[in-house]
Amino acid sequence: MYARIVGTGSYLPEKILTNAELATRIDTSDEWIATRTGIRARHIAADEQKTSDMALVAVERALEAAGTAREEIDLLIVATTTPDNIFPSTACLLQEKLGVHGFPAFDVQAVCAGFVYALATANAMIQSGVAKCAVVVGAEKLTNLIDWNDRTTCVLFGDGAGAVVLRASDEPGILATQLQADGRYSSILKADGRVKQGSIDGSPYIHMEGSAVFKFAVRALAEVAEKTIAAAGLQQSDVDWLVPHQANLRIIESTAKHLGLPMEQVIVTVDRHGNTSAASIPLALDAGVRDGRIKPGQTVLLEGIGGGFAWGSALFKL
Amino acid sequence: MENIEQRVKKIVAEQLGVPETDVKNESSFVNDLGADSLDTVELVMALEEEFECEIPDEEAEKITTVQQAIDYVSGNLDK
Repeated sequence: MYARIVGTGSYLPEKILTNAELATRIDTSDEWIATRTGIRARHIAADEQKTSDMALVAVERALEAAGTAREEIDLLIVATTTPDNIFPSTACLLQEKLGVHGFPAFDVQAVCAGFVYALATANAMIQSGVAKCAVVVGAEKLTNLIDWNDRTTCVLFGDGAGAVVLRASDEPGILATQLQADGRYSSILKADGRVKQGSIDGSPYIHMEGSAVFKFAVRALAEVAEKTIAAAGLQQSDVDWLVPHQANLRIIESTAKHLGLPMEQVIVTVDRHGNTSAASIPLALDAGVRDGRIKPGQTVLLEGIGGGFAWGSALFKL
Repeated sequence: MENIEQRVKKIVAEQLGVPETDVKNESSFVNDLGADSLDTVELVMALEEEFECEIPDEEAEKITTVQQAIDYVSGNLDK
């Protein structure tokens, strides 16, 4: 039994914030941001727009692409670092917005690796017969956690949502997944604030040690990608497309080089979306599927890494 | 077998995309060879792979010139 991705969908908020606009607010430039990160613009959610609002549109588009009625959903997993509330989970709030009830719905928190973690979880639940039609979402209003005065981080992030519909099938399908974490590196990428007795204890903003994160990410992603391909019994040359977490173009280029994949086989959206954390992989996947680059029958490698550190990879045939 | 100095210079030239002839012992990665902060991280990673060693972050920060890279590798390779 396989879990097959039968539809993808995504949503980006209307408002686009360019590097040039950022340069009018803080001491930075389009050239500085673009050469170090590959980012040119990012989408910013409206004030009243919540993570579940963006997730809803992405899911509706994925269901439409899959030709699946919302009544068929029997599992809903939302990967997010920026839930609407402390509780209930964003997945439960999204379930209410979808207007269908009863099946399990929960959030997964693995920051930028969240979508891969959620996808691997849904895959395992389908393979074990617990679910037959799962919706997996990555959705973030990451700008909630951005200190607009910190020029080292505020240029990096954006908002958005992406979703996939997974169905149980005899045809492949997700071929292999790998999840890893190493809590020893928890301090180099974090927002360590917590709500305590009505106020916030610690920092509510993203803190990142850029060079340390870069070094860890490049090595970990290369390793986990290799492991996933090997676990599926395939070779690097069998991979048609790499859809990486969109954090930094130079991390993406380094990973592609390690895998021996030309950049023509890599879906890149970081230039237009920035880093949307758990939403970045399904956003990029949907972009690649909808513009016709990723075709049915092709083999696609997803990989993501984020604070924790938590990282992972999934290989599937579309 | 090339010596350490030649191997370091070759890696610097490859990583920073500059001709090997521009890579002098006294060249600063940032000031002379146009490296940015991520280039220097990638350079350290390439040195680690070439010489099969681990350069701790606090040591890596002190390596800003070609000579310093040669000295670090020479001083730590035989230990």
